Order: sequence, then C-alpha cells, then structure tokens
Amino acid sequence: MSGPITVTDEANSLSHVHSAPDNAPRKSYTLATITVIYLLWSLVPVAIAVLFSFNSGRSRSVWQGFSLRWYIWDPEGSVLHNESLRSAVVHTLVLGVITTAIVVPLGVLFALALDRWRGRVPSGASFAVLLSFVVPEIALAIGLLFMITWLATPFELGTTAQVIGLITFQLSYPVVIVRARLLTIGTHYEEAARDLGASPLGAVRRVLLPMLYPAIFVSAILVFADVLDNFVLVRYLSANAASETTSMKIYNTARAAPTPALNAIATLILLASFAVVILGYLAYRKWGRGQGEEGTGLGSMAAM
Amino acid sequence: MRRSRLLWPVLGMPAIAWMAVFFLIPLYVVLCVAFGKVDPVFRSAIPVWNPLEWSFTQLGIVVDRLVGPDNFYLPPVLRTIAYVLIAVAACLLIAFPVAWFTARHAGKHKALVLTLLVAPFWISYMMRMLAWVNLLQNDGWVNKVISLNGLLPTEQAWLSGRPTTVILGLIYGYVPYMILPLFAALDRISPSLLEAARDLGAGGFDVFRRVILPMSIPGVAAGMLLVCLPMMGDYFTNDLLSGSPGTSMIGNLINNSITTPGQSGQAAALLLIVLVVLSAPMIWYTRSTARSEVRS
Repeated sequence: MSGPITVTDEANSLSHVHSAPDNAPRKSYTLATITVIYLLWSLVPVAIAVLFSFNSGRSRSVWQGFSLRWYIWDPEGSVLHNESLRSAVVHTLVLGVITTAIVVPLGVLFALALDRWRGRVPSGASFAVLLSFVVPEIALAIGLLFMITWLATPFELGTTAQVIGLITFQLSYPVVIVRARLLTIGTHYEEAARDLGASPLGAVRRVLLPMLYPAIFVSAILVFADVLDNFVLVRYLSANAASETTSMKIYNTARAAPTPALNAIATLILLASFAVVILGYLAYRKWGRGQGEEGTGLGSMAAM
Repeated sequence: MRRSRLLWPVLGMPAIAWMAVFFLIPLYVVLCVAFGKVDPVFRSAIPVWNPLEWSFTQLGIVVDRLVGPDNFYLPPVLRTIAYVLIAVAACLLIAFPVAWFTARHAGKHKALVLTLLVAPFWISYMMRMLAWVNLLQNDGWVNKVISLNGLLPTEQAWLSGRPTTVILGLIYGYVPYMILPLFAALDRISPSLLEAARDLGAGGFDVFRRVILPMSIPGVAAGMLLVCLPMMGDYFTNDLLSGSPGTSMIGNLINNSITTPGQSGQAAALLLIVLVVLSAPMIWYTRSTARSEVRS
C-alpha cells in the first residue's frame, strides 16, 4: 500500500525540484522576442508599402504628406484615371469572381461523387486531384500554354485561358475541404431522409447540402483570395494588356521606376482579400458554431 | 437504389471530364514537346503525339548544356541547390522558435499571434516582394538606416544581382509555409509528456532533443517540402530582387526558355527533369497527407 504512495510523492517532489529552477519564464521571454521580431519583419515592410501608396509625392521612400493622389486625384498616374492600372485591378477581381463561381459548384459535386462513388474511375480521379495539389504551378501553366499553342483549342490565350487554368489549379481546394466535412457527417442523415421518402437527389439537396454550407463557404473564400494572389498561371496564359493582372503589373513595373500608384493597386487587392477573409470569419463564427472541423481545415489549407 | 448508384457518377462527371481535358492533356502535351523533334531549319520544337515515336533530342540538348563542354545550364542549377539549401535551413531556424512560442508560451495572445502568422497568406506574394523592392532601392529605407541617413558612406546597391538579397527574399517569401505545419505538429505535443520527461530527470536540452525534436519531425518534413517545392520553380523573386543572370536559378532557365521564341522544347525538357527529381518528395507528401486524412 505504501509503495505506490512513495513513488507518487517522490515524483511530485522531483517535479517540484525540476520545475522550480526550470527558468521557463526567462526562456519564453527570449522566444517571445524572437516571435515579435519575426512578426515585425514579416508585416512592417508591407505596412510601409501600403503607407507609401498614400504619399503625395512620386517617391516610394521619401514621405511627402498624406494624399489620395495615386488613387483618385492624379489626372494621369492615378488608379482611377490610368487605364492600364485600373484594368489590372478590375481584371484581377473579375478573374477571382468568375473562377470562384465556377470552381466551387464543380468541386462540391466532385467531392460528393468521390466520397460516395466506389470504383476505379473515382479512385483515379481522387489521385488526379491530389496530383494537381502537389504538381508545381509552373508545370500546369506551361502545359496549358503548350496545349493552346499546338492543339486546335476552341479558345485562345487571354481571359478564358486564365479562367480555365485557375479553375484546374483551384479545384482541389473545395474538393479537399468538402470531403473532410463529408467524412465527419457520415451517411446517417442522408439514409434517414431516404427512409422518410426523399429521392437520392432530394436527400443530397435538402439534407446534405445545407450541412455542407460552412465548408463550401470557407472554400469559396480560400479560392477567391488565392486567385487574387495568382501570378504564374495568369502570366503564361495572358494575351495582352487587357488580360494583365495586378500581380503581373507589379512584376512588369516594380523595377522600372514606378510611382506610388503601383503600391496603390497592390493595396486595393490587399483590401479586397482582407475584406473577404474578415467577412468570411464573421460569417463562419455566426454560422459554424459547434462545427470544429472547419477551423482545422482552414488552418491546414492555409498551410498549403 | 439503382437511381442512387447513377447519381454519383452524374455529379462527378463534369469535374472528371474537366480534369481529363485541362489537367492530364496539358501534362501529356509537355511530354510530347519534351520528347518531340527539333525543326531542322528554325531549331524550334515540334511536338510528337505518338509515344512510340518519341525521341530524346530535346532532353539531349538540355543534358548537353548541363554536363557537356558548353555547360551554361550548370551554374544556375548548382546555384539553385545552394540557395534553396541555405533558405530552407534559415526558414527552419526562424520557424522553430516562432512555432514553439505560439504553440506553448503565447497564452492568451495565441489567437492574435496565429492571426498575424497567417496574415502573409492573404497578402499577395508580389506585394510582399514589392514592399522589399521599395525598401531596398538605392534611396530606400534600408540604405537610409545603415548609412544613418546619409552620414556614413555605407550605401549598397541591394537590388543589382546580390545572392544575399535573393536568398533573403526567398526566406521572406516562403517562411510562412514552414511555420504553420511546424506549429500544427508542435501544438499536438501533450504538455504532460514534457512534464513526464522532466519528472524522469531530463534537463531542458534533453527534453528538446529527446522529446520535442523527434515529435516535430513530421511537421519539419512537411514544412521543408512546402518551402522547397515552390522555391525550385520560383523565378519572379529573382527577377524582382536581382534581375541579373549572375543569380539566376532553374526557374529562371525555364522561364527564359518559355519567353524566348523557339526554346519551348528546352523549357519542356528542363521542366520534365525538375518534375522527375521532385517526384519522390511529391509522392511522399501526397501519401502521407492521404494517410493522415484516413487517420483523422
């Protein structure tokens, strides 16, 4: 009887002996300093770039006072008046909206099919989705470029080609997120609906789909934000100035003495991305109560 | 039940057709160009659609430029390996303490720190590079700070072909991809396990070496891969922060071949070589992701 107690006592006293001089606080101060320095290093340069989009002078390093000159007022160089800057922002947002509107329904149906359909075709398709996840973007971009160059495709380089490339590249997001949610839902609800007389399609539409809304929503936000950021695909599949996106504009002019208007278009896209993410976060908090899965899904998808 | 069995193929067909046409065919076209012929007059690429007639001419040209007497592809390849190794090691050194702090010591600030760590994912990569172009230009803030606003003659031309700038740019661009998987792995380590190690007499360093480190291996591996794969194909970081052939990497070789008329064959062959080299880690990652999905 006394044996185990002695052991426990010993363990307790040992843990006290060790945790007292454990200097955990000092260690975490060092770690906290490293983390704070890292966060400053990672975010302050971007904040400075945003700040200089509001510079009233032409410089991107000498502050000459706050103004909306590069957004609105400058008659030639502002985003509002400069055709090519404005079209880059608009085109980026248009690609984001069209791609999201097509890829999310396509991916949700695909996820449902892959989850429930057994056989060689769906497992092959499953593998293709995972492959599209890891194959470097530049490979898909070059492949599509070659395909349009050498095969008689009914579309040419430009917006259509960009949308097609983006859909292919982004399809794995809704598929992976919705499948993860389908795994946790299981088949019970659907079977219950069928027992109560629902048709197979009716069970999917009226029972399964509403339960998938948060996952569908999260994937739409991820796809939209990721399209705004895309560079490799949209550049190889662009045709002319009309299909130039913000990221291409930055790549093409960052080293050629640009004005703060370049910072302004980057800031506008940043705002669009943040607005969608914050909107999504708020909606998700209201909506996804008690559905803990999506949180980890979002984290792991962000890591991709 | 019959209708139910028909439902899933009908729902899946659009996406399967899409992937077949716009994912598998493009990859096949890359193969057809890489194993295709070279136009005898214009030296441009001619794709060969029948795999039985594939030739190794294009690959031969690339291999020749890699290891032949006129090996002008070799320096960029060696440079890529060196840059990526340094950048990945630096990413790991930065990411480990940050991820560990966030997982263990952030306390009530954990949500805030995580939000800030995820923030770079929502900022376009080009904008993050533009931010550094602004800071590093000759009259930029970095030169102002190190020269104490012009007092010292220490101004540097950071953006004209310096390996340091390119490597720092790669680290800055990709380190967020290292931190999150590492955080996920470290966050899973149960605190009672560390307590147990200490109770059994392990010192601070022993706990790190014998408990934390082995348990963080999956996160470290995933993070290294997520950082390494995009760096291998990256050409824009280099173009924005250096623009000099003296720092060009494999990504630049591929991009330059694509944008030069008549060089598509070399681009395809280079791409193929990179894909073959990277296929082992890609397959490993796909399989381990699929496995962890099944487990959870």
